[in-house]
Amino acid sequence: MIRDRLGNLLYQLAALLLSFGVVSLILISVDASPWEAFRNMFAGSFGSLRKFAEVLVAFVPLLLVTAGLLVTFSAGLWNIGVEGQVVLGAIATTWVYRFFLDSNLPPALIIALAILGGMIGGALWGSLAGLLKVFGGVNEIFGGLGLNFVATALTIYLIFGPWKRPGVASMSGTVPFPDEFSLPLVENLRISPWALGIALVGIVIVYFLLQGTYFGLRLKAVGKNFRAAYLLGIPTWQYSMYSFLICGALAGAAGAMQVAAVYHRLIPSISSGYGYLGLLVAMLINYQALWAVPVALFFAALNIGSIQLPILMKLDSSLSGVLQGVLVLFVLLASGMQQKFARRS
Amino acid sequence: MTQETLLIGLAGVLASAAPVVFAVIGETLSERAGVLNLSMNGTILLAAMGGFAVAYTTDNILLGFLAGMLIGALVALVVAFASITLKQSQVAVGFVLALTCRDLSYFLGSPYMGVPGPRLQVVPIPLLSDIPVLGTLFFRQDFITYLSFLFIFLAWAWIFRTRSGLMLQGIGEKPAAAYIRGANVTLMRYVYTVIGGALIGLTGPAYSLAIRAGWMGTISGLDGIGWIALAITIFGGWNPLRGAFGAYLFAFLQWLGLVLQPVLTQVPSQVLQVAPFPLMILTLLLVNIGNAEWVERTLAAMPESTRKFFAKLLRAMRASPPAALGVPFISRSRKRVLGGLYRRICARGRKLRAVFVKY
Repeated sequence: MIRDRLGNLLYQLAALLLSFGVVSLILISVDASPWEAFRNMFAGSFGSLRKFAEVLVAFVPLLLVTAGLLVTFSAGLWNIGVEGQVVLGAIATTWVYRFFLDSNLPPALIIALAILGGMIGGALWGSLAGLLKVFGGVNEIFGGLGLNFVATALTIYLIFGPWKRPGVASMSGTVPFPDEFSLPLVENLRISPWALGIALVGIVIVYFLLQGTYFGLRLKAVGKNFRAAYLLGIPTWQYSMYSFLICGALAGAAGAMQVAAVYHRLIPSISSGYGYLGLLVAMLINYQALWAVPVALFFAALNIGSIQLPILMKLDSSLSGVLQGVLVLFVLLASGMQQKFARRS
Repeated sequence: MTQETLLIGLAGVLASAAPVVFAVIGETLSERAGVLNLSMNGTILLAAMGGFAVAYTTDNILLGFLAGMLIGALVALVVAFASITLKQSQVAVGFVLALTCRDLSYFLGSPYMGVPGPRLQVVPIPLLSDIPVLGTLFFRQDFITYLSFLFIFLAWAWIFRTRSGLMLQGIGEKPAAAYIRGANVTLMRYVYTVIGGALIGLTGPAYSLAIRAGWMGTISGLDGIGWIALAITIFGGWNPLRGAFGAYLFAFLQWLGLVLQPVLTQVPSQVLQVAPFPLMILTLLLVNIGNAEWVERTLAAMPESTRKFFAKLLRAMRASPPAALGVPFISRSRKRVLGGLYRRICARGRKLRAVFVKY
């Protein structure tokens, strides 16, 4: 058992080193110094308090999305539609804000309602993919992808159509909400402790849901073997739907955070690809909730750290995406190698 | 709209569907062999960037297309290695590659952003292009569009009209049976995945060197094509002819969106561009709903005449994936497989004899 763990760690360490090696080679191939690039990325994410706050801003939606995906992965579902669920969360939050724009309700209540609305919006969009899967036989990957594109189109339609700025509509989004509608931020920084708290509560809830409840156990049974779970008397399709709803709600919360704590309005790229990135995080941690926090923080740091690269080194900021992808790829390959050698011996 | 502009528009539809046709055929071959290549979206972008970069630096369009195919083949090789040899989840590996290749294309492609480069020219075929309507439609295209016409029929004939194609269907449907018949399932899966990958790779330069010449990074508008092609593959029921029809339908709808733009001014152009997606979901629903359990139950409860009608309708639309799609094949020695079969037959014989003795 201990030898197994050690072997596991060795393989993953090898994957980590290999992926940094491969990305270094890519950097050398474009005549850039890998050491300088990695140093700039590190400095860009942990160099100052302000930069670290930015990392946390990215960390919040990423962690929420990852938490949601852990639930669908436990149920054996590949919820690629999570990206659209983030978007719909943001749209619903904006809708609630606009609805109460001229009301006399206390702002705290409106914020709470808006976040709740975002969660409901995300859950509804998630349930759409679930309905297609359960009643239509449409694979959740394809249904989800289609819904993602529809969600993006819906955002653009709203920004350029019914919710456009007075005068001229633009890609910069809808009219920003008044300051009292924002989740309270730390002085001079863009991070809201409330958002951070909500994200951490989200992952803790998911951890206990999966590890410590009967519901989680049944969900995992459905994920491991759908047919066997059905024969055991677990209401299988209902559990699939629950997992879509929970994931959608958490993704919707991520979208709500983007509106309520970061952008204070709806913008065309409101989800910023955090849904897809969350899928990578969930794969990298091998679907274990405990690792979600450090790995999501690491990925958020890579994202923020790479923003400075175009200015400092004339490199495209997509380098962070390359590094994240290569890392997950090598971890997958390494675990495959390990299993192969284990079978042989 | 005059007849001439309509014809030219429709010819444009055929040309703009050509890249999607390659992707759909490549994916069809790969999935027929039992390997789901989900990396398509990233592969196409990387091949588009790589193909353009090679054609730009060497000033040779052919080399650009070959580079695109090579990139597609290499990415497919990674998918094949991870899923066939290492038996990892094809979905996971494919998805990671889809994202990684996309970001890699943006990263490596930034020096080529917006530079004017070589572009494939339209080559009217001498006599055929003078035929009234058909000439404009089919025979005033560029080389890659002609190739797409050819590949549709080649792929269809290969899968459904040759012995090797039959074996291909076999390794996707029932690998164990194909194995017994002497097929090297692992090798065949590798070969078809890599060939399929090369075809998917051809899609990239078919965009960046022809339809949408040049490399524009994130605003190339190519991000998403791969996912659409995946959906069209399903819509096509893993049949190149039906898949090609799906690709043309998709291109036609996009063209229709552009044409209708001046009429529907209150709808933003971005919305019309995604019009195919709800349609894609709807078609997937129609194609798949026959496989859902509740439909079967509802059908069974219907009176005979209505049941027959609906069953026929569903069967006409339905498309079932190759049975072993995404399932790793664990090869045992042929002797052991045959031995197992032999033992099972013997056991059945003994049971029968016992029944006879009893009576």
